[in-house]
Amino acid sequence: MSYTCGLLPVLDTHEDHQYEMSEYEGARARWCPGCGDHSVLTAVQRLLAAEQLIPEQTMFVSGIGCSSRFPHYMKTYGFHGLHGRALPVATGIKLHRPELTVFVTMGDGDCTSIGAGHWLHAMRYNVDMTAMLLDNGIYGLTKNQTSPTTPQGFKSNTQPYGSYLPSLNPIEVALGITNASFVAQTAEWAPSHLYATLRAAYKHKGFSFVRVLQRCPVYTPSIFQKAVQDPDRIQMLVHDDGVVTPDLEKIYKAQLHHDPRDLAAARALAEQTDRIILGVFFKDPSKPRYEEMRRVAPRTPAERVSLLEKEFSRYAV
Amino acid sequence: MSASATAAPAPPKVLRVPEHTVEIVSDSGEGAQKCGQIFGAVSAKMGNGVWTVELIPAEIQPPARVPEGASGNRIRIGERAVTNWGDRTNLVIAFNEQVLLARHRVDALADDCVILIEDKWVRHDDPDIVAQWDAAMKELSSKPYRIIPVAMEDQCLTITDTPRKGKNMFALGMLARIYGRDMERIKEQIAHTFRKKSEEVYKTNVALLELGFHWAEDNVPLRVEIPTHASDKPLVVMNGNEAIGMGAMASGMELCAMYPITPATSVTHYLSEVFEKFGGTIHQAEDEIAAVGAAIGASFAGKVAFTITSGPGMALKTEFLGLAVMTETPLVLVDVQRGGPSTGLPTKVEQSDLLAAMFGQTGDAPHIVMAPATIEECFHIMITARRLAETFRTLVMVMTDANLATGVTPYPKPALDEKWQAAPLDLAPVKDGQKPYDWDPQTGLSERIIPGRPGGMFTLTGLAHDDRSKVAYSADIHQRSSAMRSRKIAVLQSLLQPPKVYGEDSGDLLVVGWGSTKGAIEEAVDRARKEGLKVSALHLRFLSPLEPGLKAIFKKFKKVLAVEINYSDEPDDPYVTEENRRRGQMSILLRNATLVDVDCWGRVPGEPLRPMSILEAIRGRLPRGGAA
Repeated sequence: MSYTCGLLPVLDTHEDHQYEMSEYEGARARWCPGCGDHSVLTAVQRLLAAEQLIPEQTMFVSGIGCSSRFPHYMKTYGFHGLHGRALPVATGIKLHRPELTVFVTMGDGDCTSIGAGHWLHAMRYNVDMTAMLLDNGIYGLTKNQTSPTTPQGFKSNTQPYGSYLPSLNPIEVALGITNASFVAQTAEWAPSHLYATLRAAYKHKGFSFVRVLQRCPVYTPSIFQKAVQDPDRIQMLVHDDGVVTPDLEKIYKAQLHHDPRDLAAARALAEQTDRIILGVFFKDPSKPRYEEMRRVAPRTPAERVSLLEKEFSRYAV
Repeated sequence: MSASATAAPAPPKVLRVPEHTVEIVSDSGEGAQKCGQIFGAVSAKMGNGVWTVELIPAEIQPPARVPEGASGNRIRIGERAVTNWGDRTNLVIAFNEQVLLARHRVDALADDCVILIEDKWVRHDDPDIVAQWDAAMKELSSKPYRIIPVAMEDQCLTITDTPRKGKNMFALGMLARIYGRDMERIKEQIAHTFRKKSEEVYKTNVALLELGFHWAEDNVPLRVEIPTHASDKPLVVMNGNEAIGMGAMASGMELCAMYPITPATSVTHYLSEVFEKFGGTIHQAEDEIAAVGAAIGASFAGKVAFTITSGPGMALKTEFLGLAVMTETPLVLVDVQRGGPSTGLPTKVEQSDLLAAMFGQTGDAPHIVMAPATIEECFHIMITARRLAETFRTLVMVMTDANLATGVTPYPKPALDEKWQAAPLDLAPVKDGQKPYDWDPQTGLSERIIPGRPGGMFTLTGLAHDDRSKVAYSADIHQRSSAMRSRKIAVLQSLLQPPKVYGEDSGDLLVVGWGSTKGAIEEAVDRARKEGLKVSALHLRFLSPLEPGLKAIFKKFKKVLAVEINYSDEPDDPYVTEENRRRGQMSILLRNATLVDVDCWGRVPGEPLRPMSILEAIRGRLPRGGAA
């Protein structure tokens, strides 16, 4: 672990302590019963326990929306900020405190609409963090408005005659962004795949973008109904460098061996519309990371003063 | 009508004056600013008071030979310290007649101004250009200027094939001769300015400099002598944006997140060169919102971070600024004000962001607003701002403006102190039972908890929250937390000293200002007092909270007049009444806080206020019977 800001490595006294899953639990989740967010929360708490992440050195950053309540339900540090603006906050945290482990949760309105500009640039910065798009295709907290990922024709309070435009495909977008380094898709109704994907994302050094397909039990309960009922409508990407879930092989028989280093193949897969594809589309740990490039040597106050003296001499009269 | 020497010149006229104002104006890209900057820096080094202002068009390369494209520098040199850009210019070097017209039309030139103008245009092949020249000369003849034509490019062609790029150094040479500047210092300054260029570039520039010097020796019958006084203290010379950047480094802040915007960006041009050496990072974010978001994220996670912007950028940041206040996350925001609203006057000075800064956030968002009055204060204010942000756990806005940003003047080199810097992060476990907002019920102050501290885990939220940072919508909690955030501002005021009146502390009229206008206001007040008028001045650095004791100070004057570079209705404008009059921004704050009937006078000419216009306002607004 590296330290900046003149931190002293006196805090690594956690070796003996074994964190239980329950030690990552914050306030009791207040999402609706049946909400996919619960699945993600469980998978994330399981991940933190599996990786034995130190709670006080872990941060969850979110925007505004149902899924952005996520940090409150964790017992780590959290930042529940503004609608669409989780990623700039997370970037600032990592620039100043790269030793912190950062997770970001965003909804589909948050990430792909009001915060879309930040999404694009955060992927390009490739700062090491795990960003989850909890995508249920609707604005839930504000009560049933069309989002960019709402299926075309879906009726909502803002587009009661059916949404006008083809829905945005976030995977296609993510794979088009220069310097993207990890793009994956999973679903809340396949918990072991969800867990395995989040774990792969966490282990990736760089900006890991994971879209979690979800249903909103109140407004979009049936958007993935066909796929949920018929596993043949789902294609699993498998690869040793991606995600492998042997326990799901009997259910999801459509398995495709896809090398996540192959960007062209990933883009071709992302464009497919006949089946829902789950797995790691793309992964390249060699992509440059902004916070690494920008790492600076810390200075003591005395060093700064002496440097400043020199600087003033440049401006001396 | 070339003025090249034909006969032995008469001995030059020698002017011994306490001050003189010089301008160099050209099309954009002809180097007039570089010439002016070097002239100003060398004058300061020689022991003159100096105030330099950039004249900047909004475009990078506006069309050539149009008045709107006038670009350059104005340098006011004095025997003593110079605190503002003054009234009108005494000597101009102009590279064409159109940019000269621009200055003439805004009444920038003294009636007896000496004008050295490139005259190649009168011999131009294009008859339209010759006609423009003739028309300009006719227009200029309305004033008794003294025009000296100079064949600058023809002269420069004897040394360089690209005279358009070199004549700024020729002009500098002329100024060096006229004002008796130290050529060795100028050469040092040229070497510094072109330190990234080749030796060849340096040599050509010096040759052009010497050519101009000798040409003026033979052909310009004027010498200006301004006494110099070596300072007993070491001085440094820089513009306000550089001072802001240095102050940020002296405060120990380590992250500046920004998005390019004029006239703020030059702070980060400077910091981008040096900040990493100091252990700092400039993050150029994808937009203004991301910039403030990253700064808040960094601040939350550790040391206070800052962001720097101008009016339109501050508008975009609004929602995040409210979040910083609501979550009591310390943050420093520098607003280098320009003309507004909307895109307004991007390169020109104005003080019209004050109320947006104070009240632009939704909900009740109490925070600190300060304004440096001088370039020296631009340095020190950053140290104060960082400390206040940390101590009071809130947003601190530093309101500077284009006048301070681009003005250059010497000031005493600060005696640096390590204690100005942020303490190293304390990552010790939190105290038993410590809450994220342990509000002291009297002061509203509390210690913040940063990530990494064992036992302190909590989620920051912009939703209404209790002292444990738990989302809470109940009426009493929101009332209490609002009071706690508000209380801090009153506590800060209780720690401030009442401001000092400039001049007598009672009289007929008190002129109140804030920000960059201090020098011009005090100069105007000095002149008014010489006329026998009972006028004093008061200058505020704190706008939120206002400095204490204002009401008592105001009561000792028959009338109080706020002078600002923002728009206000004149009392006798059509339809304007006492009740509907739209007033100057600070005057609204002063009236609210003191219930004194503070009058206001403001102008938005896109240039700093001139002492003479303030003096006229003082004469016009003196209470009846107040004149001597």
